[in-house]
Amino acid sequence: MTTAAEAISRPDRPSVGERILRWLPAVVVFALGIAAWQWVLPWIGVERFLLPPFSDVMTTLRDERDLLLHAGWLTFKEALGGFAIGSSLAVAFALVLARWRPLGNALMPYLIAANAIPIIAFAPITNAWFGILSPWSKIAIAAVLCFFPVLVNTLRGLTSVRPESIELMTSYAAGQVALFRHVRIPSSLPFLFAALKVASVLAMIGAVVGDYFGGSTDSLGVKILSSVSLAQYETAWAAIVVASLFGIGFYAAIALVERWALRWHPATRGARE
Amino acid sequence: MSHNAAVVTIRNVTKTFPRGRVTALQEIDLEVAHGEFISLIGPSGCGKSTLLRVIGDLVQPSSGDVLVNGKPARQARRDRDYGIVFQAAVLYDWRTIAKNIALPLELLGWNRSRRAKRVQEMLELVELTGFESHHPWQLSGGMQQRVSIARALSFSPALLLMDEPFGALDEMTRERLNMELLRIWSETGSTVIFVTHSISEAVFLSTRVAVMSARPGRISAVVPVDLPQPRTADTREEPRFFELVTEVRERLHAVGADKVVEELEALE
Repeated sequence: MTTAAEAISRPDRPSVGERILRWLPAVVVFALGIAAWQWVLPWIGVERFLLPPFSDVMTTLRDERDLLLHAGWLTFKEALGGFAIGSSLAVAFALVLARWRPLGNALMPYLIAANAIPIIAFAPITNAWFGILSPWSKIAIAAVLCFFPVLVNTLRGLTSVRPESIELMTSYAAGQVALFRHVRIPSSLPFLFAALKVASVLAMIGAVVGDYFGGSTDSLGVKILSSVSLAQYETAWAAIVVASLFGIGFYAAIALVERWALRWHPATRGARE
Repeated sequence: MSHNAAVVTIRNVTKTFPRGRVTALQEIDLEVAHGEFISLIGPSGCGKSTLLRVIGDLVQPSSGDVLVNGKPARQARRDRDYGIVFQAAVLYDWRTIAKNIALPLELLGWNRSRRAKRVQEMLELVELTGFESHHPWQLSGGMQQRVSIARALSFSPALLLMDEPFGALDEMTRERLNMELLRIWSETGSTVIFVTHSISEAVFLSTRVAVMSARPGRISAVVPVDLPQPRTADTREEPRFFELVTEVRERLHAVGADKVVEELEALE
């Protein structure tokens, strides 16, 4: 009675050729962008202090790579630490607020409001709290930056479960632990990962900007700041490239974990991103 | 349990929702015998889904008693005495078909091999063998609903509660699943309480049809369906089938069901 044809057929994974074709426009745009940076900007008279040519930035990046990567790693560790602390606290809070809904309802407006605060404005204050040279002041600002979006999104994910899913578990006389384990947590994962990707970007911003307000002279933010004040624009831009590489790597790592954790998700399987 | 024992006894059940002071159910009395297939039919807002949830202890009645297998509904739910199927299949996307069917068995603490064996039996019952490692979204709506039925029956409950299970399916799939449900019903010997708003579906499937009226929700008539068992595709062409469809329709019209529908849909 049931045939395979009855199942909904989905397009197979694209072939290698198709994937190259799909990425080709993006690669062309990238190459054009670099070319414009290298040749068009100097040609139309953009000064070195505004944006040095691409090749100069790359040369500096090569010559100072040990120093810059060390600085990048230092700042990345601050971002990672803040991300880990902020996100795990946020998930723990979200679980508590989803379990005890009146508490969640009472706090939700303030959480949403807090989510809209430009928390980066607190960076000088965390420096005052944890010591200006301590990495903990940067970790703290990155953690606070990550906390609210992860909390709000995870809580939304944990609570936006269709009523029948809950009724089904109730019909099995399942307790709260089983309900969270089998229904609420799995259905919150797409929300959680969307928030974690945003948080990874925020954590990098928090760490670098935290450095600007004072940090170890080895850190990336301080490196950018001091290079600019010494008119070493190539170094500053090379440091920005390093910050971007760490940021993109961080984001991509989370996206990879997401693909694995949500491999069951219709949007992950075979669908184009 | 003796063959004639009541699986469900509803005594004087009233349910009012405080918001809007709507009386969803008023003084409902109903007894469902072992092995029966009873349909609850009525306009939207007549409380038929609420009545089903009262039986399943998913909604608390304001007054009255509900006994399932001779026990209070709460105890029956805790003993996993019934399986439930909703209008949507409510399958979990993160579980494969096999694991969706095994969910209640996991909660009951069955070990892996016992679960696997039962899942195979259930897949066979709903004719979905070979789909165990698919994910729900890879299946059509009708197939998903069959998985949902397999899950509801996986732990062999005596009672199957169904809330418009085929309401979202096209007519052809619905008729095919009607046949399949009757086959499953006769193979498992379970008792079925089936909510629908399709008159022909109710008559075709049931041993009795309870006609409900809205505002307040009451059972206004119970129509015994004396069509011979087993029902086949030809059943729908018998004169007696049409007579019964007409009788149920007239009962529905007698309570003015057609007039209150729109008004109550707003409240539901």
